[in-house]
Formats: sequence, structure tokens, C-alpha cells
Amino acid sequence: MATTAFEPIISSAWGKPNSWTLDEYRKRGGYKGLEKALELTPAQIIDEVKKSNLRGRGGAGFPTGLKWSFVPKDSPKPKYLAVNGDESEPGTFKDRYILENDPHMMLEGIAIASYALGVHTCYVYLRGEFKLQAERANAAIREAYAAGIFGKKMLGKDYQLDCYVVRGAGAYICGEETALLESLEGKKGWPRLKPPFPAVVGLFGCPTVVNNVETLASVPHVFTRGSAWYAGLGTDKSGGTRLVCLSGTVNRPGVYEVPLHTTFTELIFDDKYGRGLPAGRKVKAVIPGGSSAPILSPDELDIAMEFEAVKVKQTMAGSGGVIVMDDTTCMVRSLWRVARFYAEESCGQCTPCREGTPWQTRLLRKIEEGRGEPGDVEILSNVASSIAPYPPIGLGNTICALGDAAALPTHSFLMRFRDEFEAHIREHRCPFGDKPWGAFGEWS
Amino acid sequence: MAEPLFTPEEQKKFDAEIAEILSHYPADRKSAAMLPALRLLQELKGWLPPEGLKLVASRLGVTPERAYEVASFYVMYHLKKPGKYTVDVCTNLSCSLWGAEKMLAYLEQKLGLKAGESNERFFLRETECLASCGTAPCLQINEEHHESLTKAKVDAIFDKLP
Repeated sequence: MATTAFEPIISSAWGKPNSWTLDEYRKRGGYKGLEKALELTPAQIIDEVKKSNLRGRGGAGFPTGLKWSFVPKDSPKPKYLAVNGDESEPGTFKDRYILENDPHMMLEGIAIASYALGVHTCYVYLRGEFKLQAERANAAIREAYAAGIFGKKMLGKDYQLDCYVVRGAGAYICGEETALLESLEGKKGWPRLKPPFPAVVGLFGCPTVVNNVETLASVPHVFTRGSAWYAGLGTDKSGGTRLVCLSGTVNRPGVYEVPLHTTFTELIFDDKYGRGLPAGRKVKAVIPGGSSAPILSPDELDIAMEFEAVKVKQTMAGSGGVIVMDDTTCMVRSLWRVARFYAEESCGQCTPCREGTPWQTRLLRKIEEGRGEPGDVEILSNVASSIAPYPPIGLGNTICALGDAAALPTHSFLMRFRDEFEAHIREHRCPFGDKPWGAFGEWS
Repeated sequence: MAEPLFTPEEQKKFDAEIAEILSHYPADRKSAAMLPALRLLQELKGWLPPEGLKLVASRLGVTPERAYEVASFYVMYHLKKPGKYTVDVCTNLSCSLWGAEKMLAYLEQKLGLKAGESNERFFLRETECLASCGTAPCLQINEEHHESLTKAKVDAIFDKLP
């Protein structure tokens, strides 16, 4: 349980004038965490991060300090840090706000991580569509060079760190850490087989740590306020706060920084956050952690939005993308949208994913358009199982987790809403007619 | 004689920026600069003409086939000359729950194009999530992002395009 009083730490400056500049960041105590970290040895820094219980915020929730400790200390090769800002999972939109509003917080985390890991070159990989975010990150990097944070001497210490922004070019798969490294090497984003893991064989064959933007933005706070304080903000196994992205049919969608023990019910209905659904609507299903996460039913929403609690329900907290679907939503059409995404974004390297994801999409389109035939639901289920059986999560038949991500929604939608799929086939039409999303927003 | 790829000004900019990009990578890893180099070429030409791909490949010490392989993998690179404005409309789940399908239908009618079609002025296409799920529906015109869109906002955006 949390022992530290909650306060927003990542989002505290969002929306304030010029929050993205070095001056404003310094007024808020920026780079004090780096100063403190530089008084420690690299091993002590990694130890503090371990004690903070910081877990990766990109999706998998892997303990950050542990990840850092996997980098071999005696390797003669250069070491690299790659920042994953390829935020592309439907339902997830938090890192862009960090980059827009507070890029120095991430840069300070980069400086601390690099010093701890012996990294002298860091690449910040941003999704190609992030123009404003790339401009803000680049401007902040220029300021950091001018202030002697990056460059030949980190805050006067004899330590060189260079940092560059690289923009992707529209491929979701590049958010997968090994595909990101391939893309950084100037290739198409084809994930690599693991092991070896990037910590040992990463960018250019050298030890590399890949961390999400939010993870690195969290690091300075471990040092400004102490690892015990940071750990005390969270739960037993997970320190700090969390950015949660709320979207779909709620009155006030947005990014909210919440204590980790916050439940989905609170997020959706509390006045501080989503403020409930439009009048007359009820929750039909909730995607808890980005489009790949199996859905929760309305009666399962009183659990914390934290990695362990969500895992109990056989789903994932993932990247923090919570999508609410109300009772006017057609689940076949919703799954079709999600399935299309994975078919479009499959890199094509593994046959089950390359062939299975478009097959899922074709079947779903056929069913949604009233052309479904008896047996189609079974075929759909078999196709999904060929990509990745369910459960357990994470044991798919493909090199990377995109296959799992494509199959899991199909399994979970069919498990909970099979009747709706059958009704489409039986009635030869979508039971929701021409309003599969209900009437919501101005465009309805 | 084929027309030169670049004007003298463009050539100067290309040379200076390629040198800067290459300085970000180890000397024996020039090929890593592929994505930023292709982005630079597209910024200058609006698309990736074959002779441009050859030039990028030669500067990076790889074959033109390798440059084409990378360029064809990523959706933001144009291997054919698109309309002046590429209009990407997100129709993924969060945006569709806020009416993105209807917004796309409105745009198809307004621009006289089906999604996936191009004319001299516009290339209209559906895209898969632009990280604006909380401010849906959204679209992007070239690199300019627009969110929380209403009919009036869409009309205003398109009316202002030069």
C-alpha cells in the first residue's frame, strides 16, 4: 500500500506557460535529481532505481533497475540508450504530453540512466507523426547542450553524453524494442528473436537499454525525493504514480496521473477523471491497457489499474490506455477496427501473423456487413489461436508480441460477446444498423 | 538530359544536413542514417523519386535496393508523388467511438475522393491511430495535427489551406 501522500509528479507542469523550457524546468527544481545522482556511483544509482520499484511504463511493466543491471559492466563495446517514444498503440497517448509539456524531465532521466549505464550516445526514437513533440525535444536537447548537461562534460563532470532525436516513419511495430533497434539501424522494423536481449546485444550489436519516455521521466524523481519516497507512492511491487489515458465514450477523456491503487470505476466515474458516461449510457466493456489488452466486463472494474491486479483478470495494464465502450457499441465492428490495425501493422516476418491478421479482418468485415455464414465464428477463433492461443498470455507463435496483441482481442471479444457475433450471422445484418457506435459527439 | 534532382539551394541544404545526420552515427554505421536521410529527401522533394533514393543510397554506402526496401516498409514515405496535401484520418476504435467514420465520409464527399485515392491537391487515406484518442476525432494534414474536430473546424481547416 502507498505510504507517501499522492501528488502528481510527471504531469505537475502540464499546461503551464513555457513548461517545456529549461528555465521553467529549473524553476521547478529540474536537474537537481541529476546533481544528486552524480554524487553516487553507477552501481549505487542502479540500486536506488531498484529500491524505488519503478517499473517500465511502455507496456510490459518490467522492473527498470533490474533491466539496467543486465547491461554487462565489463563489455569493451560502447553501450547505448534508446528511448522508446514510438507511441502508436490505439488508446495510448501519454508520452506525447510529456514530450510536449516537459521534455527536460525525460532528458534528465536520460542523463541519469546514461551515467549509470556507461552510455555516451542516446537516441530518442519518436513516432514519425510527432512533429511538435520532436521540435520540443530537439529544442530541449539544444538547451541541455548549451547548459553543459549534454556534450563533453555532464554538469562539469568528466563525462560525455550525446543525444539525438530520430523520427520513425509510420510503423507501429517499431515500438517493439528490437524492431525499434532495427529501425534505428536504418532498416525496416523487423523484430529480432530474443534472446539475446538488447541489454547484451542491442544497437549495432552493442549492449543497449530501451526505456519508454514515461519511465525515463520518472527517474529524476527517484533522486530528487529519494527511492523510499518514490516507492511509497505506489503499491508493494510497483512504485510511483501512473499516467493513464482514458478514451472512448466517457464525458471527459484525457490523460490523468493517478495513484496506482486507483480502480477503473474511479477513473471512469470520478469527477476528478472521466465523469462517467453520457446520460442513459452504461459501460458495456473496457479495454484496460491499449487495444491489445483483453477486455473487462462492467462487473470487473473495481480492480486497481496496476500491473499485478489487472493480471489476475487475465489481461494487462499495458501502456495505460483505457478505452470505454458503452452499451450502444457494436462489438463486431469494434473488434474489426482493432483487427484492421494489427493487420495493417504486422511486419510480415512471421507467417501466422502475416496471414492470420488479414484473415481475421476479412472475417470480421464479412460478419459485420451481414455476409457471415454459420461456422465463421469458429474459423475466426481458430485463426486467432493459430496466431496465439489463449490463455495464457504471451505464448504466441510469432517472433514478437504483435501476434499475441492481434489474437488476444479476438479471443476476449468472442469469449464475452459471442452472442453478438452469432446474431450478426443469424440476422444477416449488424443489429446496430447504421449506428454501430451509437450517437455520441457531434458527428453522430 | 534529365532534369537535375535538386536546385542548387536544395543541393546545398541536402549536403549540409546529410553531413549533420551522418555525424550522429558511428563512422562505420553510415547506413543507420537511412530514416532521417529519407525524411530529408521527402522534405525537399515532397516524395522519394527513384533518383533521390539512388543518391541517398550512395551517400550511405548501400545499394539503391536497400534504400527502396526501407522506404517501402514505412507508410509515411511516398514512393509515388502524392497530392499537395496528404490527409490522414484516424478511424481506429477511440476515434470511431467519437464519430470518425462519419467524419471520413464527410471528407470523402467534401474532397470528392474515396479513402486511398489521390488527386493533384489531396491524398486522402485512413490511418491507424495518431495518439489523439482523448481528443478524438483527429486528422493530420501533411505534418500538421488537428484534434477534437467538429464539422465547423474541419471546414475552417480546409478553407484555409493555400
